[in-house]
Amino acid sequence: MKILLVDDSSTMRRIQKNTLSSLGFTDVDEAEDGQDAVSKVAKTRYDLVLMDWNMPNMTGIDALKAIRANPETAKVPVIMVTSESEKTRILEAIQSGATNYIVKPFTPDVLKEKLDAMKG
Amino acid sequence: MRAELINPFLKATMSTFQTMVNTNPTPSAPFVKAEPSLSHDVSGIIGLSGGAKGAVIISFPTSTALATVSSFIGLNVTAVDADVTDAVGELANIIAGAAKADLSGLNITISLPSVVIGQNHKVTTPKDIPSIVIPFKCAHGEFVVEVCIALTDPK
Repeated sequence: MKILLVDDSSTMRRIQKNTLSSLGFTDVDEAEDGQDAVSKVAKTRYDLVLMDWNMPNMTGIDALKAIRANPETAKVPVIMVTSESEKTRILEAIQSGATNYIVKPFTPDVLKEKLDAMKG
Repeated sequence: MRAELINPFLKATMSTFQTMVNTNPTPSAPFVKAEPSLSHDVSGIIGLSGGAKGAVIISFPTSTALATVSSFIGLNVTAVDADVTDAVGELANIIAGAAKADLSGLNITISLPSVVIGQNHKVTTPKDIPSIVIPFKCAHGEFVVEVCIALTDPK
């Protein structure tokens, strides 16, 4: 499974990358904001994008909308991984096409659960 | 200041440290910040706007920052570097985000984090907004969370 990690925090990218590695997912690319993510998703076929919300240049929710608006990338699964935990925000993400939602702070088990759910 | 504005930050700090830093912080009694301000070595700052204005600040002595970040990122850090700066900003971001959910009726918007590094620096908050300091102790040392918050349109 090829995964794109999108977070402006190098710390969060490192934590998630380590967690993914411990779960056996080692084919992981990184993007540091929404613009970078949209560009990488357009160029590379990812099986999953893990997307932060609050980032400079382009937010995660805007990047999600851009990915869904492009027919070439519209079906790429995107899980929001964010400290935005209000119900209205979760609803906004789901309505914008988010595949799933992880609220920070989260444990490795939560990430594993969401990935297992995706694998069916 | 109303306790219901402060408690979400206390709860969010405990939850964030328990979940992502593998330690269970113990809070002491909160107090109103008086001048002169407290001195710190590493501070993560998140601005609040929308239905409430102000800031939330998490501040550490260097030793606590290094131990906390080491546990947070799973790597032993021995100096305050870019990794520590980023991690402290992210901790502030997660705490503010979690607290915001508990204050969802206020429609608060949080800023991207800023981090201040410098031995014995002081973070000054607006004089017209009360500032409450919550001291914590955890396995990594002592730190404080300062909540400077006021309703934008008090009723």
